[in-house]
Formats: sequence, structure tokens, C-alpha cells
Amino acid sequence: MARSLAIAELIQQIPSLRAGDDLLLNGTLFTARDAAHKRLAQLIADKQPLPLQLANTAIYYCGPAPARPGDAVGPCGPTTSARMDPYTPLLLSQGVRITIGKGKRSAAITDACRTYQALYCVATGGVAALLSRKVTRSEIVAFADLGPEAIWRFEVADFPVTVALDSQGNNVFELSTNR
Amino acid sequence: MRIIPAATITETIARLCQQANYFLPFDVEDALIEASQKEGSPRAREILTQISGNANVARERSIALCQDTGIAEIFVNLGQEVHIDGEILQDAVNKGVARGYAMGYLRTSIVADPLDRVNTNDNTPAQLTLVIVPGDRIEITVLPKGGGTENASALRMFPPSAGWPGIVEFVLETVREKGINACPPLVVGVGIGGSFSAVGKLAKLALLRPVGSVPAAGAYAARERELLDAINALGIGPMGLGGRTTALAVHIEHAPCHIACLPVAIAMNCHSMRRMTETI
Ligand code: SF4
Repeated sequence: MARSLAIAELIQQIPSLRAGDDLLLNGTLFTARDAAHKRLAQLIADKQPLPLQLANTAIYYCGPAPARPGDAVGPCGPTTSARMDPYTPLLLSQGVRITIGKGKRSAAITDACRTYQALYCVATGGVAALLSRKVTRSEIVAFADLGPEAIWRFEVADFPVTVALDSQGNNVFELSTNR
Repeated sequence: MRIIPAATITETIARLCQQANYFLPFDVEDALIEASQKEGSPRAREILTQISGNANVARERSIALCQDTGIAEIFVNLGQEVHIDGEILQDAVNKGVARGYAMGYLRTSIVADPLDRVNTNDNTPAQLTLVIVPGDRIEITVLPKGGGTENASALRMFPPSAGWPGIVEFVLETVREKGINACPPLVVGVGIGGSFSAVGKLAKLALLRPVGSVPAAGAYAARERELLDAINALGIGPMGLGGRTTALAVHIEHAPCHIACLPVAIAMNCHSMRRMTETI
């Protein structure tokens, strides 16, 4: 049974959550995909101010489609997480605690989740219309010029994810292929 | 000779881009339901239920099934008795894509230069495949192809000695290594033969066949079944979280090739196997 949790509670419970746990998230997610990661990494390298606070945030790998008038957000499913792997340890070192996407990641991310006591969660890919109904509000917070790759703030209600990498080094994909 | 205004092609493509992104084809929906009935893993069944539910939401609200509304793959079978009046075909096609993606609230996912990577903001240029056929009609198919599925695709030039066993190994290795990132359950298009440039196209044409259909050449029906069973024995399951439903279908297209070559391409597709066809 999936547990419904506020993001702040979830962050507190990171040490006890395990790969394979089903969760329903409530609170704020920030979207970022390839181009936004590249820019954030550059700003950090140049010691420039960031357009958002990364401490205790959840980053959602997503580039939403445009919203129809009256909709809180457009279709917004996860994109492939592995493409963000080169940037993820850096962002976790800056305080990001949860990343959400789809698919397997490199061994470096398993280690980074242990080092920084972070979680990697997966959402179902390709169910973007369904997931858009779990977002109550959205706005662009940075890099608007990147179009679909801008950073958005999503307020979510019971957004369904599964823990894929926990803070103890467990990996849901290894559990499921061993079955 | 039949005269068809270029504007008619533009309008048709604009409409097809939207419909393809909102409506999951019935053959795919049916295959998902059938897979769910055979699936033993509760988590896998839950994901398959989400996928079917997603198709309902997208259809009812006219919103995209997936936020990745893809690179627009356009297949045009042009009757040779048709005269297109107005712009050249490529321009009419690109205008249709730009219009369809803007009107349909679809994401623009194309960058102008592969290294500079600035978004063209209208999802053009489209990928156009043109075939001249007998008759005075134009058949147009739009297949929005997601980036995750493109990145999970592969092409290899084998020596003829590799034969069918080499192809099976290549397909299984590709699904094992890259399949998870293409949102399984997959539809796997396999091209065999032709040439280096032709085989990728063959693999993509294989995706146009309805899921559950049987190929014309009998020997290939058995090969498709063999590959599908082998893929579903891998245990990857929906979204890689385990289960028997790793692929809904494997389709093979083949073509004559050089005596020294055995080109093989794998066009991976996700459960969001979007395609829509109209004839003018
Ligand atoms: S692989 Fe398909 S379903 Fe998954 S995100 Fe890409 S287009 Fe969407």
C-alpha cells in the first residue's frame, strides 16, 4: 500500500525508507532536465548565485508539455534519469535530497545516495496525462528561455512514486531482476 | 492526374499530429489489457492499469499521452498520379507539424544544431519518409517518436555468418541494456537487410504494423514470436520493476541486401506506441 507523505516528512524519513516502497508525495517539486542541469552545474562551478535554493529540495526530471488553458500543468511524466547522472552527485552535495525520474542509474548514484543520505525515486514513464492530474499548481522559476527545459515549481498532491535507490545502497532494479 | 493543394496536406498533418498524441491506438490498448491478464506481478499489473488509465485521461481531455510528444516521423505514400499544387511537399509537411504542435499544446523537442542545442520552438523539421506508390491518393502517417526510445535503439552491421542467432543475441542484449529507459512494455521494431542507411528505416516501418498483426512472410511470424517470448522471459517487466510484460510485440521488416552484409537495426518504442494515419 502506498503511503501519503509531505516532502518535508519524507526527507526526515529517508534513513528508514527502502527501495521498493511506494509513496504518494505532497508538496513542492522542482523540475530540471538536461539543459537546466548543465546551467546549474556551470553556475555552481563559477560560484554564481543560483536561481533557486537547493537545500532540502526534491528535483523531478521532467520537461512538461504546454498546459491547456485552465489546467494546472501540461502532461508531465518523468524523463530518463541516467542522462542527469554526471550532474547528480554535485547537486546532492548542494543539498538536493530527492531525485525523481525513470530508469536505472549508474553505480555512482547508488554511492552518492548513500553518501548524501538521499533517495532516487521512479515515477511511471509515459503516463503524463494521468500525472498532470496530481499537480495542483505550476510556475516557471528559472531559465524560461530554455522552453520545455526550464525549471518549474510543481505543487503536487499524492504524486505516485516508488523508491528506486535508498540511502543504504539498495536498488529496486536489482531486487526486481533477482526475482 | 489529381490536383491536391499543399494546404490540404498541411491541415491533415496538423490534425494527425494532435490525434496521434491524444489517442492510444486500439490495438495497443487491447494488447495492454491482454498483457495485464497474463501478468503475475501485482506491481506490473498496477503499472499496466496506470497506462490504460492514462490513455483514458488523454483521450477525454485531448491532452498528450506523454509529455515527450516526440520528433515527428511522417510517412507519406504519394500516389504518382497526384500533383501537389503550391509549396513543395517538405514545406507543407513542416508547416503542418508546426501548426499541429502549437494548436495541440504539444511539447517542442527539436534543437536546430545537435551541438549548439537551441530549441527550434515549433518541433520542426519533421523526419519525412516519402514513397511513391501507384494511384491518385496520398496516405499520411504521423508517428511521434520519443527521445527515450530513440536513445534505446541500435544498429549493427553483421557478417552474414552471424545469421538469425546473431540477431536474436543483438536484440536481447539491446533490450537488456537499454530497454528500461524506453518505458517498457516495449514495441520492438527490427529491420533486417537493405543497407546501412535503409535498415534503420525498415525498423521504423516495422513499428507501423498494428500490434497483434502477423507478417506476410510466414517464416518471419515464427521469428517474431521467438523474439517476443525471449524478451518476455528476461523478467524486466513494466518500467523495469519486474514482471513478464517486457514487450507487447516484436515486428520484423526485411529487405534484400549485399552478399557481404547482414545489416540489423532495432527501433525501440515504448508502450506509448502512437501513430495515426489518414488518406487524402
Ligand atoms: S519512452 Fe515513450 S512513454 Fe517513455 S517518456 Fe519517452 S515517449 Fe514517453
